[in-house]
Amino acid sequence: MRFVPNTNADVATMLERIGVPSVEALFSPIPARARLSRALDLPPGASEQEVLAELGTLAGRDASLASHRYFLGAGVYPHFIPAAVDALASRAEFTTSYTPYQPEISQGTLQAIFEWQTMICGLTGLDVANASLYDGASATAEAALMAMRLTRRPKIVISAGLHPHYRDVLGTYVGGPGGKVVSATRSQDGRTCALASLVDEETACIIVQQPAFLGVLEDLAAAEAVAREHGALLIVCVTEALSLALLRAPGDLGADVVCGEAQSFGVPMGFGGPHLGLLAARAAHVRQMPGRLVGETVDGQGRRGFVLTLSTREQHIRRERATSNICTNQGLMLLRATIYLALLGPRGLRRLAELNFAKAEYAKAQVARTPGLRLPLAAPTFNEFVVGVPDSGAAALARAQSAGIVGGLDLAPYADDLGPAVLVCTTELVSRSDIDRLLAALAGSGR
Amino acid sequence: MSGESGAPKPHGTDSAASIGRVGHGARGIAYEEPLLFERSRPGREGCRVPASDVPSVVAADRLGAAAVREDLPGLPELSEVEVVRHFTRISTWNYAVDLGLYPLGSCTMKYNPKLNEVAASLPGFAHAHPLQPASLSQGILALLHDLERHLAEVSGMDRVSLQPAAGAQGELAGVMMIRAYHESRGDRRSKVLIPDSAHGTNPASAALSGYTCVSVPSGPDGLLHPEQVAEAMSEDVAALMLTNPNTLGLFETHVLEICEIVHAKGGLVYGDGANLNALLGIARPGDLGIDVMHFNLHKTFSTPHGGGGPGAGPVGVKNSLAPFLPVPVVRRLGGSEGEGFALDYEFPRSIGRLHANFGNVGMLVRAFAYLRSLGPDGLRRCGEMAVLNANYLLARLATAYAPATTGPVMHECVLTDRLFEGTGVTTMDVAKRLIDHGYHPPTIYFPLIVHGALMIEPTESESLEGLDQFVAALLEIAREAREEPDLVRGAPHHTRVSRLDETRAARRPVLRWQPAGER
Repeated sequence: MRFVPNTNADVATMLERIGVPSVEALFSPIPARARLSRALDLPPGASEQEVLAELGTLAGRDASLASHRYFLGAGVYPHFIPAAVDALASRAEFTTSYTPYQPEISQGTLQAIFEWQTMICGLTGLDVANASLYDGASATAEAALMAMRLTRRPKIVISAGLHPHYRDVLGTYVGGPGGKVVSATRSQDGRTCALASLVDEETACIIVQQPAFLGVLEDLAAAEAVAREHGALLIVCVTEALSLALLRAPGDLGADVVCGEAQSFGVPMGFGGPHLGLLAARAAHVRQMPGRLVGETVDGQGRRGFVLTLSTREQHIRRERATSNICTNQGLMLLRATIYLALLGPRGLRRLAELNFAKAEYAKAQVARTPGLRLPLAAPTFNEFVVGVPDSGAAALARAQSAGIVGGLDLAPYADDLGPAVLVCTTELVSRSDIDRLLAALAGSGR
Repeated sequence: MSGESGAPKPHGTDSAASIGRVGHGARGIAYEEPLLFERSRPGREGCRVPASDVPSVVAADRLGAAAVREDLPGLPELSEVEVVRHFTRISTWNYAVDLGLYPLGSCTMKYNPKLNEVAASLPGFAHAHPLQPASLSQGILALLHDLERHLAEVSGMDRVSLQPAAGAQGELAGVMMIRAYHESRGDRRSKVLIPDSAHGTNPASAALSGYTCVSVPSGPDGLLHPEQVAEAMSEDVAALMLTNPNTLGLFETHVLEICEIVHAKGGLVYGDGANLNALLGIARPGDLGIDVMHFNLHKTFSTPHGGGGPGAGPVGVKNSLAPFLPVPVVRRLGGSEGEGFALDYEFPRSIGRLHANFGNVGMLVRAFAYLRSLGPDGLRRCGEMAVLNANYLLARLATAYAPATTGPVMHECVLTDRLFEGTGVTTMDVAKRLIDHGYHPPTIYFPLIVHGALMIEPTESESLEGLDQFVAALLEIAREAREEPDLVRGAPHHTRVSRLDETRAARRPVLRWQPAGER
């Protein structure tokens, strides 16, 4: 068998050496009535060639970046991935190693995590970043739980523009420990309003997504002032990590914690995962952080090396008193992002962010002069924005689809007060003419 | 910290100390490599961003200068060549399954077929958006639907949700469903029973769901006994969390009776699927009385561990818990809906969402490829060979490393350092010395109930001669422990770094690089 080297002759040798009559005898501790008395009802095993053909057929039924232009973001962003990311991250020394609990033979993984932590501290303007969490949504939930522990308060106030899926995950996570989630409302221009009326002495944190789900840029300074007044933590949630390269670092604007999703940094959309939850905080809060942390130290000869550290926060040591139940991280995705950020560097990443921003500004200007289309929200944006369409979001997107374009997200289930509208994102993967084609399709003025 | 006497030395300055030692394995070329930031030189670039085809705009003009950042600290400036060499070089400092036996107990470090990687990189899976219309996602939805059914069949559960991103999140989902089940019956329970041999995630997940954890002692034979469970069981207990085979590598022989005891008091039984590899095609948790369980696809179903993740932790349930599954659920359309698959959010009693999208789909594709490659016969062969390999190691090592258990084991065996008393050699030393012999150490000091535990899981991926070489290494270390204990206690001797000062790392945490002068 391809993945099992032992032959029947090997098996006979082994059984003889250990004095066991049969493989069956090794299973004697399993009571007879607990055994499965038939073969599993699964399709028979197949050759590599057959399995790949079958999967190729399935994959061929899906739209992808290989077949369509994408203007769909909403928390998962289509970006170009340099070839070196795939080449390096697919090295088996990275993919087929375990959690670096044995640091002497895991320095590759540990050094990459240390480099990631350093990069995320720089991008967020905070002191400490962990070795990643499952995704942006669970990272946000973990950030809220962290704030509840730090403040011993139960209430979590969220901005109007927190991604609805993140809001759902937050609700799932904080119920057990007694958290209560209260959502602020959206003002006419798309930004959160009247935060101050919701925050009180029971509030553990304010969570503000920046840019918001509908693409608008929130007023973090206002949120910070409200948080400070009531002794709550300010948590900034970022779902489009590329925005960090253009916008002032949340830590410089008073954020205590930054959480979110770093999929934009070299991680494929992958129908939603695996992605890369990020979490960074001020140094004072490090002992309440969830997840793995890598620290620098020395060996017996004084040489620099890296180890997993502050593990007494974690479940394998602290069990029911751990800061989180999380065990794994998103190691391979973290590695991809670290490689990606190393390739782009500070100037490449900034240029890319400016390019995304410029495409969105162009598209918005075109929307404004296209009959039938509207910009219902006036607040500034980064690379994503709402476009009002003449008939319905579904109909407009269907027109785009027939032109080979995945045109955005129909906002009917999410923000029906805006009238028929779609959420559109413009990354470096779409050209000016793609944008023009999309807008023509959304307006219904195409061919 | 620069300037302090304890400042770390860069590599390459003291190579004399590490050259000339004799030992196993190739010494050959050992690469030195600084941090990315130490390699950085102003002006270098590793990626060319396309020229803009739209009018240029100045962000500060549109957004206000206060909203726009001036610099990007923390990112290095490097050419592509340097980035490639950097990561290629540091990769060589890792041990990996593709290099050899990786005997971590309870981690199931089996071979990860290359086909899985190709499958997951097909554009229709890797480059599809989770919110694109279902009509454009029929291939992946069909795959996910079939994977749910296959995992249900392997485990004997009725329904499966693929959403949890890792085993611990699957556990959390499971415990939350247990809570929702009891609450839906107006039954408020406060406790969860957890055997003292359990993984740390069990109590952590139960606590995160708002339960109080009650530890149940294992018997002297390492098994959970019905009397102990009966004594701890009450109508305030929501569930028992059971790992079977347990972390001693033993099948919980009394599982049927234990499940009956829990059920009789209205409780449910959670199955930790970490050790499912031993049972593939031989027994199914659902047939044993387990009500809800998680799978670790990165263990049993060959998705790569990736230096710590991503995992994937689908959760399976009996029909009684199905209304509480996380949303969305993949549903096959029928009747007037036409043919095909859709994501279904209409589960009013669901515990809710656990993931921003649909979980670690790339890992699910890999697991599907594995299941399709093996089929029922192949899966059973994996279970059988995993168990044979573990028993072979146990028998060959039993005289040198006192086992923690008696009789046959399942997929792993737990040995101890008991026979080295008086030599000063401990389990930690044995583990580190194994590195010098070319192996990753086993899981050590776990389960917590065994003093000096060495928990060894060879998996089905190892050949007879590979196991014999590993046995020879461990027997050699046992000899060294008696005759040259300092050699063992100072190990590893042939790695890039020797034992690292973990106390220092925790006492004065240095968690990011900072330029000299800013530390």
